Amino acid sequence: MIELSNVHKKFGSNRVLQGVDLVIPKATSMVIIGGSGTGKSVLLKSVLGLVRPDSGTITLDGQDVTTGDRDAFLARFGMLFQGGALFDSLKVWENVAFRLLRGERKLPKPQAREIAIEKLRRVGLKPETADQFPAELSGGMQKRVGLARAIAAEPEIIFFDEPTTGLDPIMSGVINDLIREIVTEMGATAMTITHDMTSVRAIADNVAMLHGGKIRWTGPVSELDATDDPYVQQFIHGRATGPIESVR
Amino acid sequence: MSVLSPVASIGRATLSLLASLGRIAIFAVQVVGHIFRPPFYPREFLSALMQIGWFSLPVVGMTALFTGGALALQIYAGGARYGAEAAVPSITAIGMVRELGPVLGGLMVAARVTSSIAAEIGTMKVTEQIDALVTLSTNPLKYLAVPRVVAAVLVMPILVAVGDSIGIAGGWLVGVNQLGFNSAAYLQNTVNFLEFWDVASGLVKGAAFGFIIALMGVFHGMNSGRGAQGVGAATKSAVVAASVLILAANFLLTRVFFTS
Repeated sequence: MIELSNVHKKFGSNRVLQGVDLVIPKATSMVIIGGSGTGKSVLLKSVLGLVRPDSGTITLDGQDVTTGDRDAFLARFGMLFQGGALFDSLKVWENVAFRLLRGERKLPKPQAREIAIEKLRRVGLKPETADQFPAELSGGMQKRVGLARAIAAEPEIIFFDEPTTGLDPIMSGVINDLIREIVTEMGATAMTITHDMTSVRAIADNVAMLHGGKIRWTGPVSELDATDDPYVQQFIHGRATGPIESVR
Repeated sequence: MSVLSPVASIGRATLSLLASLGRIAIFAVQVVGHIFRPPFYPREFLSALMQIGWFSLPVVGMTALFTGGALALQIYAGGARYGAEAAVPSITAIGMVRELGPVLGGLMVAARVTSSIAAEIGTMKVTEQIDALVTLSTNPLKYLAVPRVVAAVLVMPILVAVGDSIGIAGGWLVGVNQLGFNSAAYLQNTVNFLEFWDVASGLVKGAAFGFIIALMGVFHGMNSGRGAQGVGAATKSAVVAASVLILAANFLLTRVFFTS
């Protein structure tokens, strides 16, 4: 279980997180929604330790994420970045097997390559893709390679940062279905940030809306449409008028 | 506007410069600290050796060739004023190995390699590849900085040695073909005049410049701002900082090596 308690973070005078409280139960899929610039990525990166909160606590299974063995902590995570964040200088299979080729649980190269190809197949990419470089792939394929890399070491927790941004509706659907299937079959805990409502409905068990630096609303995805919170209603229906200012 | 405004501006600029130097010093200590601790990344090291060393050979060679030739012409023209034309081989050799070989080689490699490292790592930063490294349990300093810094420190003395040789050859070509020197006498004069420390001091300078070249590229790349403009600014700052530090380090090392 991931638990965030009263998490604050500011950059200069910009107070991005202003007391975030959130619980993500084990083996569930939490989707964080909210407008651009509301701090969704900062929240996600705070859990991973890529951003250090100014105050508040973040715990994983009761243990503060800032203490303990950092490598062991990160080994439990997989992450799909918004732009894929694939390493240009490495072949696709080397990207997917990056963690398997290094560190304490390093595997022999042929075995790591085999696992990488299997993961590529899992996300719908042909084995021939393995020897290409990321720059040779389309945006959707890069996203799928990023997804394969995120699941390569079979992590307990997977984070997805805007998984469908920049993709056409069909490819978005493919990625959403893949994420749902993978999270279910691996029994992983998932945290996704997005403002794509189709993704929310496809991926989420629970939804939390981040606005004004705080969690404005949280609950099961089945209750999302029924909530009378005006912020949530404006956001999910994409209305220009409402309590959320359209010019931010 | 207060009369103290210019003073305040100078103060702010000074503090900013000192803060930057402090950040660079801390970064350098961190990188050096990681050099001797595993994990090591031999593949990245070999790749850096090729990029920094092998692919810099043409630019270092061409720079040295023309510099050696021009130096021979200048020494001949200057020496003719008081009948010291015969000093061309010895002064060309000592000028190349002590100063021009390492300094011009360092500046040319800085232009080629520092910019490339800063742009590559800056792009990795803005495309979240450095964050991805962290989530994959890989320390960016160990993976990106250490291989490049170690490779640059090891390969720069070799580049300087090659540059020195080609520079002396440039002087010899001009001396023999244009200034009327006897080929064998020119080479004999060069060999007889040079001492071990003349050459070794230039190689030590090369290693120091290699450290500066790679460190500035990695530091500015990792601290790059957002977007294309941020990467461009980081690249520019890296090359400027590396060039200035090379010249400053050259002065300090020359003072240490040759002032007694």
